[in-house]
Amino acid sequence: MTSVFKKARWSPYWVGVAIGVLSWITFAFMGKALGVSTTFVRAVGTVEKMVAPEYVADTGYLVKYLGNPEKPKPVFEWQFALVVMLPFGAFAAARISRTRFEETVPNLWAWRYGASKRVRYGAAFLGGVIIMFGARLAGGCTSGHGISGGLQLALSSWIFFMSLFAGGIATAFLLYGKNGGDHV
Amino acid sequence: MFENFFADPEVLAQGALTGLIFGFLLQKGGVTRFGVIVGQFLLKDFTVLKIMLTAILVGGIGIYGMRAVGWDVSLHIKNTALLGNALGGLIFGAGMALLGYCPGTGVAALGDGSRHAWFGVLGMLAGAAIFAEVFPWMKSSVLGIGDFGKATLPTLTELSPWWFLTLLAILAAGIFVTLERREKKRKILSFSEKKSISEVS
Repeated sequence: MTSVFKKARWSPYWVGVAIGVLSWITFAFMGKALGVSTTFVRAVGTVEKMVAPEYVADTGYLVKYLGNPEKPKPVFEWQFALVVMLPFGAFAAARISRTRFEETVPNLWAWRYGASKRVRYGAAFLGGVIIMFGARLAGGCTSGHGISGGLQLALSSWIFFMSLFAGGIATAFLLYGKNGGDHV
Repeated sequence: MFENFFADPEVLAQGALTGLIFGFLLQKGGVTRFGVIVGQFLLKDFTVLKIMLTAILVGGIGIYGMRAVGWDVSLHIKNTALLGNALGGLIFGAGMALLGYCPGTGVAALGDGSRHAWFGVLGMLAGAAIFAEVFPWMKSSVLGIGDFGKATLPTLTELSPWWFLTLLAILAAGIFVTLERREKKRKILSFSEKKSISEVS
């Protein structure tokens, strides 16, 4: 049994099966669907609230998730706890198999855009802005739309899933070129 | 200001346990790595598609199966706004190719040692704040287009979910068999290349 956990990688099919079973448990026993991106709205909304509470009370999208001043909704809820624990789960997995890997500039990136950490960090930040903007526009991310919505056969989620791959493939070939695959 | 900040402790414990397992699985699956995510979009490494399709299939059979035998399992369907879903997906994919993570795998990657993922997570917070600012405009001009409400493929077509799950299973099996064959061929090919190089030297 311990040897399974010490393996660096598991078959993607078994990981998929396990995530599917995990979603049975969240749906059936917790009344929840796996998701991540709403937590980012709650987190940044809370920070904004500390600086400018009146402004947040007038921003409809934040009120939708944080509630209004008279009736605040819990910020640190099920999904927030899930997101906070994600790195700990990944850390445990990486430590047990001794595969933890301090990556600053990925190989493919360095091959195409140089080894500058500052450039890579800036690009990662920009990528983060774009990805979350897209997630909120679409109404979810790879977990909430892709997996949870996909398995419920939701129309919205299947449209998102296909657009995600279209956008991702087009951008990846644009960014890294057709020979990029040899440098992954 | 922080009244009602925390949900019920039991709910939090459930969320925390789910996150711990989910993070563990993402790392074991290899999707906490930039190269694996971008490799998917460069059509070099199909780990992401394999994990997602299997999870969707297994999850879907379980959820619709539990409902079929009369368990009280409620669905959590997100609203369909065709333009918003499609445009959001395209933008999301573009950001994912640049960052090399999605929101969940990006946060998990912090635990796997990725330094640049920290900047991605900060960017995601900024992205959420920016979206909150433009939401009124999005709501009035984008999110109303192609609004089907909480539609699923079964409710839309009035067909049983099992038709779609069966179709998905056949499709996934076809894709997986094709991918595995291709990867096996490639492995043999690269092995013989190495052999011929060593023979020459």
